[in-house]
Amino acid sequence: MLNIAEFQFRNGDDGYRWDGQAWFGGDVNRLFIKSEGEGTFRDAIETAEVQALYSRAIGPYFNLQAGARQDLGPSPKRTYATVGFEGLAPEFFEVEGAAFLSNEGDLLGRLEGYYNQRITQRLILQPRVELNFSAQDVPENKIGSGLSNAELGLRLGYEIRREFAPYIGLSWNRTFGDTAEFVRADGGRVTSFSVVAGIRAWF
Amino acid sequence: MSRTFDRRQILRGAALTGGGLALSARLPTWAQPVSGGIVKPLPTLNGAQIELAIDGFPLLVDGRRTPAIGVNGTVPAPLIRLKEGQNVRLAVANRLGESSSIHWHGLLVPFAMDGVPGISFPGINPHSIFVYEFPVIQSGTYWYHSHSGAQEQEGLYGPIVIDPAGPDPIAYDREHVIVLADHSPMRGEAIFRKLKQQADYFNYQEQTLTGLLADRDQTLKERVRWGWMRMDPTDNSDVTGSTYTYVINGYGPRDNWTALFTPGERVRLRFVNAAAQTNFNVRIPGLPMTIVQSDGQNVRPVETDEFQIAVAETYDVIVTPGAQAYTLVSEALDRSGLGRATLAPKAGMSAPVPPLRRRPVVTMKDMGMGDMAGMSNMKPSASRGIDPTAEQNASRKLAQETGWTGAAMGTTQSAGGSTAGMPGVPGVPGDSDAMSGMDHSQMPGEAAGMGKGGMSGMDMSMRDPKNAPQIKMGPGVQTIAPMPMDRTGERPQGLEDVAHRVLTYRDLVAFAPNPDVRAPSRSLDIHLTGNMERYMWSFDGQKLSDPADPIPFRNGERVRVNLINDTMMPHPIHLHGHFFELVTGHGDHAPRKHTVNVAPGGKVTFDVTADAPGDWAFHCHNLFHMTAGMMRVVTVRPFEVAPA
Repeated sequence: MLNIAEFQFRNGDDGYRWDGQAWFGGDVNRLFIKSEGEGTFRDAIETAEVQALYSRAIGPYFNLQAGARQDLGPSPKRTYATVGFEGLAPEFFEVEGAAFLSNEGDLLGRLEGYYNQRITQRLILQPRVELNFSAQDVPENKIGSGLSNAELGLRLGYEIRREFAPYIGLSWNRTFGDTAEFVRADGGRVTSFSVVAGIRAWF
Repeated sequence: MSRTFDRRQILRGAALTGGGLALSARLPTWAQPVSGGIVKPLPTLNGAQIELAIDGFPLLVDGRRTPAIGVNGTVPAPLIRLKEGQNVRLAVANRLGESSSIHWHGLLVPFAMDGVPGISFPGINPHSIFVYEFPVIQSGTYWYHSHSGAQEQEGLYGPIVIDPAGPDPIAYDREHVIVLADHSPMRGEAIFRKLKQQADYFNYQEQTLTGLLADRDQTLKERVRWGWMRMDPTDNSDVTGSTYTYVINGYGPRDNWTALFTPGERVRLRFVNAAAQTNFNVRIPGLPMTIVQSDGQNVRPVETDEFQIAVAETYDVIVTPGAQAYTLVSEALDRSGLGRATLAPKAGMSAPVPPLRRRPVVTMKDMGMGDMAGMSNMKPSASRGIDPTAEQNASRKLAQETGWTGAAMGTTQSAGGSTAGMPGVPGVPGDSDAMSGMDHSQMPGEAAGMGKGGMSGMDMSMRDPKNAPQIKMGPGVQTIAPMPMDRTGERPQGLEDVAHRVLTYRDLVAFAPNPDVRAPSRSLDIHLTGNMERYMWSFDGQKLSDPADPIPFRNGERVRVNLINDTMMPHPIHLHGHFFELVTGHGDHAPRKHTVNVAPGGKVTFDVTADAPGDWAFHCHNLFHMTAGMMRVVTVRPFEVAPA
């Protein structure tokens, strides 16, 4: 399932992003493969990661997940031990969180949530938030301690079929604290705002 | 491969040349049907030796060619007509590339002949033959279907009629067998996979923002409350008209299968719900129906205007039509589509088709919260109308196309919408009084929490293991009904407010005294459990594959079984090899059934005499609930009862 596969249009620095997962297994025990990443057309891939997780249903709505994450892309290729959760919160909020401990001893964290608001049976507005945290500065990866970055998104999709929904939307991305300092030092922008267009698809 | 295809083409030709003549000019415009109507009784097999061949072939439904599995080249499979007291030998050839089976639904047969792979026999291997042989010791309307994979979804079902050895107490001049089903162009396995991936995949009648702004369905407050519980009140059916065409005797609503009669005749209609997943509301606008049999067992005649037939049930009704055409409607429980056939004095006639009514919205009572005082402000949202963006299948257009005007062709109105022909039956108000007493005596904590509208209190009480200690708690148990109610005296789901008579289970009274009137020696609770989000279904929180232990019965013992529905969906529960007596207050004339629909948040009690030694399947007859694990094995032992 590809939750996000999109082009991001922003002033002079167009890019792309993906976020997807696949699972295999039964009702309780599953193997999850997750991948996400982004890049710009100018500089190729910026970040990319793949996770392989054992997932176990621990209640009617939530799964506990543990496994490994491998960073790909241009920055140092770290490997992480991962433990996290995902599930359905009250009011049908889809939530997901994970902690990552790298082979260099760095501890990172991530929280994600989204909500599918049906405007009609097929037109769906999806507000989305993703927060990344770090327990320490990781200069090699240009990550500062504390809340490192946040993405707020609003995507409007139309389900031609349940499995296939083209969407358009807005994405606001901002880095914070020392992470922002790293970005500034690189001459990048702390805040970026994109118009996005993509597809949500699964089979 | 092409047999059915050919048959259909011949039929279409016949309809055009024969019955179609009547169409040409003589009928007024409103009576011009979408098709000329297909007058074709089911092919019939009878005698002591019957040969059935299971095969796959394309099936035309409303002009659309879809993959199907059938018997002897037809969907439904041929009508098997037997006589009580005869022996029958059925040689079933499996021409599929996969294992298959046939189960004789409702027939009392030795357990090795019951046809459930893994329980009564290993199944019928590809390209091999299995011979079933058993004495026919009963009469009535029954059916047969595959118990392998999702073959039943794809068309492997057919009717059985057994004529009584003596005179039939039901007098009739003519009969028609009417097999209701839900046909999809998708393969059954694909449907099941979609449900596992996204449980609301097929629901295109959900609540939306547009509906909220248009003041339809639930109010914002209700939506927030239901959202907090992570419950979708529009989840009436897992699989809907978004993929199903609702078929009658294998024909779509536009094919318009037609049954002929002579005006004034007593016509017996033998309804079988052979659908994989769909409970139907059956009515014939303008024509009252007298129910005379259910699940093959005669009942005292009771007249009604509409009845709900759950998956795997059968009902026989008598109608006395006049000199006009009537539309027979099988409307899906969730109103996402309807099946349509015509009763007419001659071929080519038809009548207007009523429009689809609004889909029901699940209530707190359906959640097993009882009729609580605090709930009175959470009235069913049906009165606010349905979401304006809700989608139904193509059958929704038939009302306009056939010129339905409502009033003229309306159903028989009756005063106050009482239950059918049974004055004095305790109705909903009585129940609610009784329950409000129970609130305080048995469930003070939950009742108080609910009364205050406390959100966290509500959430807790909806999944409190203390309310059912026998349930194995786990991801597969989303809710436990804190206050399940006997709803057998209520109208079925979605028919609460219709302005004509509707059959309830309590209207059914056995025609003959029950064969075993002993008091049960023990009582057994079985909880129907599930998780709508994960599409997990089970009994007592355990799927058959967990594995779950068999339910043991001693040969000859009489047991009271309480089925408690902890989910917000109806579950038609079927016990193989036995009839059970519904405990609905009719003493030694309790209605005997092989399948009983347990309403959402409801409970059903039956007494059963375990008199058939062997291993028997016991399951929800929603095909994909059974596939997901809502099934057990019932063992009846020992094989020989020791002399007393």
